[in-house]
Amino acid sequence: MNHRALDVSGLPSYKYSHASLMWWGMMGLIAIETSAFGLAVATYFYLWSQAAQWPISAPPPQLRWGTLNVLVLLASILPNHWTKRAAEDGDEARMRIGLVLCTLFGVALIAIRTLEFTALNCRWDSDAYGSIVWLLLGLHTTHLVTDVYDTAVLAALFFFSRPLEGRRHVDVSENGLYWYFVVWSWLPIYAVIYLAPRAL
Amino acid sequence: MNAVLERTWRDAPGFVGALCAIDHKTIGKRYIVTAFAFFLSAGLLAALMRLQLARPESTLIGPDRYNQLFTTHGTAMMFLFAVPVMQGMAVYLVPLMVGARAIAFPRMTAFSYWVYLFGGVFLFAALLVDTGPDAGWFSYVPLAGPEYTPSKRADVWAQMITFSELSGLLVAVAVIATVFKLRAPGMTLARLPLLIWAMLVTSFMILFAMPAVMLASTALILDRLVDTHFYDPGEGGDALLWQHLFWFFAHPEVYFVFIPALGFMSAMIPSFARRPIYGYPAIVLSIITTGFLSFGLWVHHMFATHIPELGKSFFTAASMMIALPTAVQIFCWIATIWRGRVSFATPMLFSLAFFILLLAGGLTGIMVASVPLDLQLHDTYFVVAHLHYVLIGGAVFPLFGAWYYWFPKVTGRLMGERLGQWQFALFFIGFELAFYPMHHLGLQGMPRRVYTYPEQMGWGPLNLVSSAGTAVIALSVLIFIVNAVRSYRRGAAAPDNPWGASTLEWASASPPPAYNFEHPPVVHAREPLWEPKGEPAQVGGLAEQTREVLVTSVLDAAPSHRLAYPHPSPWPFVSALALAVFFIGSIFTPWAAVWGGIPVAITVTLWFWPRRAESEANLAIEKRP
Repeated sequence: MNHRALDVSGLPSYKYSHASLMWWGMMGLIAIETSAFGLAVATYFYLWSQAAQWPISAPPPQLRWGTLNVLVLLASILPNHWTKRAAEDGDEARMRIGLVLCTLFGVALIAIRTLEFTALNCRWDSDAYGSIVWLLLGLHTTHLVTDVYDTAVLAALFFFSRPLEGRRHVDVSENGLYWYFVVWSWLPIYAVIYLAPRAL
Repeated sequence: MNAVLERTWRDAPGFVGALCAIDHKTIGKRYIVTAFAFFLSAGLLAALMRLQLARPESTLIGPDRYNQLFTTHGTAMMFLFAVPVMQGMAVYLVPLMVGARAIAFPRMTAFSYWVYLFGGVFLFAALLVDTGPDAGWFSYVPLAGPEYTPSKRADVWAQMITFSELSGLLVAVAVIATVFKLRAPGMTLARLPLLIWAMLVTSFMILFAMPAVMLASTALILDRLVDTHFYDPGEGGDALLWQHLFWFFAHPEVYFVFIPALGFMSAMIPSFARRPIYGYPAIVLSIITTGFLSFGLWVHHMFATHIPELGKSFFTAASMMIALPTAVQIFCWIATIWRGRVSFATPMLFSLAFFILLLAGGLTGIMVASVPLDLQLHDTYFVVAHLHYVLIGGAVFPLFGAWYYWFPKVTGRLMGERLGQWQFALFFIGFELAFYPMHHLGLQGMPRRVYTYPEQMGWGPLNLVSSAGTAVIALSVLIFIVNAVRSYRRGAAAPDNPWGASTLEWASASPPPAYNFEHPPVVHAREPLWEPKGEPAQVGGLAEQTREVLVTSVLDAAPSHRLAYPHPSPWPFVSALALAVFFIGSIFTPWAAVWGGIPVAITVTLWFWPRRAESEANLAIEKRP
């Protein structure tokens, strides 16, 4: 066999965004979770369509904590963007700071979310309305908690694991992408839980 | 054989090595063999049912046991055999067919296998201790709800769903990423083998459909465990919600099985017709169209409910429409065969049977797609006949063909032809005997899922024929097993490309080495092995001492970067074990979902945590962008 070879030895070891394998894995995950959120929202309106009044037997959830969550989530875009940019610049010192900041934001958000559960004016077992509201909020909380844990582990990795490969920077960048999903997916769910029963 | 590459890429030997394995060929083989074991087990349950139904008023099996048998049979065949076996084929074949050294996310793929295995064993273990699900494979509420199934049987069903769908979703992500990012340079999307298109479209469908059944079954468990009211009409819930969510998943599910089978057909037919496939673009578009349309059919499973008549008409039309893309593919295959020089090896026999059986299943499909006929035939044996024609004729026949076709690649040995022909003949005859009479039984009004029937109904003779057919099928499967075991031990040695096929997996050795290709190929044509080699013919410059794969661009497969790849690890196995404790525990107490999450978090963290030696080796050759 005496064929000319396509020499790839000069290529880099990693790339960011949609050039990377990790981005596509993340997008697959986001597609799965978008379908789950979409179906849960569809279930909410389906149950509504079967009900004589909505909410079935309670006032709509109190706006306070949920709305605060919107604001803090939107604010968390700033450290998230800063960290993602640091990852793409390959600046490990900034990444370390950024990951800690993002984790702190996440912990605050989980605290607010805990208060949010107390202000829903319904229990999961009160009626079908309560069940779907808790399911929607629970589904988003699962994403919140897992991504905050994920960010904390990444932060620990950047502080304690040596040596650090460059492809870990891609992990930080893609973790930031997933956080955007957690943020942007909250807006429609917030609208469904808090605004729809008031506006529609 | 390249000893350096082999040392770099192979899984460790021994028992612990087997638990740590991440080679996609190992995982793919495990999927296929495990799925086949579930096929045999579920087939055994079918044989028991046919034994019971062979004569009227039989007292062999009581109604309660019979309910568990048919539920477990259907559940296992759909969730533990049909979908996983196709995904297992994808795990094995996709990286080889796109010219890659490994699958994307190999540890996650290994993890998915363990999750699948534990879920399947869980279902059958429950059956053995008289806790097998008994509300039918679609587990309708209110029957499966807390009021009518106070035992754990419905929870076993619902949690088995969580296991199997999670594993299915993970494989789908791995397949999509492999197809998009790990293709050989030059393999543009327009040169993608048709089987890869089929696996790609199926994987996308899985991403959007499987969450529906996971959501539905989670809600069912919540209703049963913590008193939510999703399906409870007394508290504002709705029983039909279950049917919508379930069929939004389960109608596409039929196509998770069927589209890969069509892909096998498109791979085998050109090889045995000795010419390139006719109408490649038309087939690609048909696969994609089928994928989209399959999401618009779910209500045709619900014609016997109170949904609006206009809705029913829409879904009748959609059901008719999906026949069109399938027809396009069938005509393309006929054209390929027509203009080719056909050799009738065993894989081709199974492919040709597909044409007859799918046509029959498709025709009865048109019948049950029309509302007035469906109202008559709903829940009768006619539906049982229809679905077995579609699933066995449309998927299991091509799957057996695919087994014979790729067996030499996987094992390095050819399957025995004579036994193969016997198996084919008996399977075909047994299938017709077993399932054709069910059409008549259904038209005569025999309902499905009854454990017995009175003699005066006159259903005895046809049922006896059907049961005899089951025995013939069993004999055929036995011959298949004998053939597979004998061929595996001392079949004729297979060359690299025994069928003279055109796709890249046949450029690797039989069986392929751990690293798949010593020199990953560069592709210059749609049928790379049927064209003269272009220049450059292969990839050079990938590391040999450490695991490295070439990542390429999505559309043109232009080289992008060289990615360091993970090594075998025990953590996917341990994480799956922790997850199994979490899932199974949470059908007994909601607190398992809280405390069970902690071991899962710990094990996946350890899975992710880098090993110093590996990082150092990777860093030594790292090039920053």
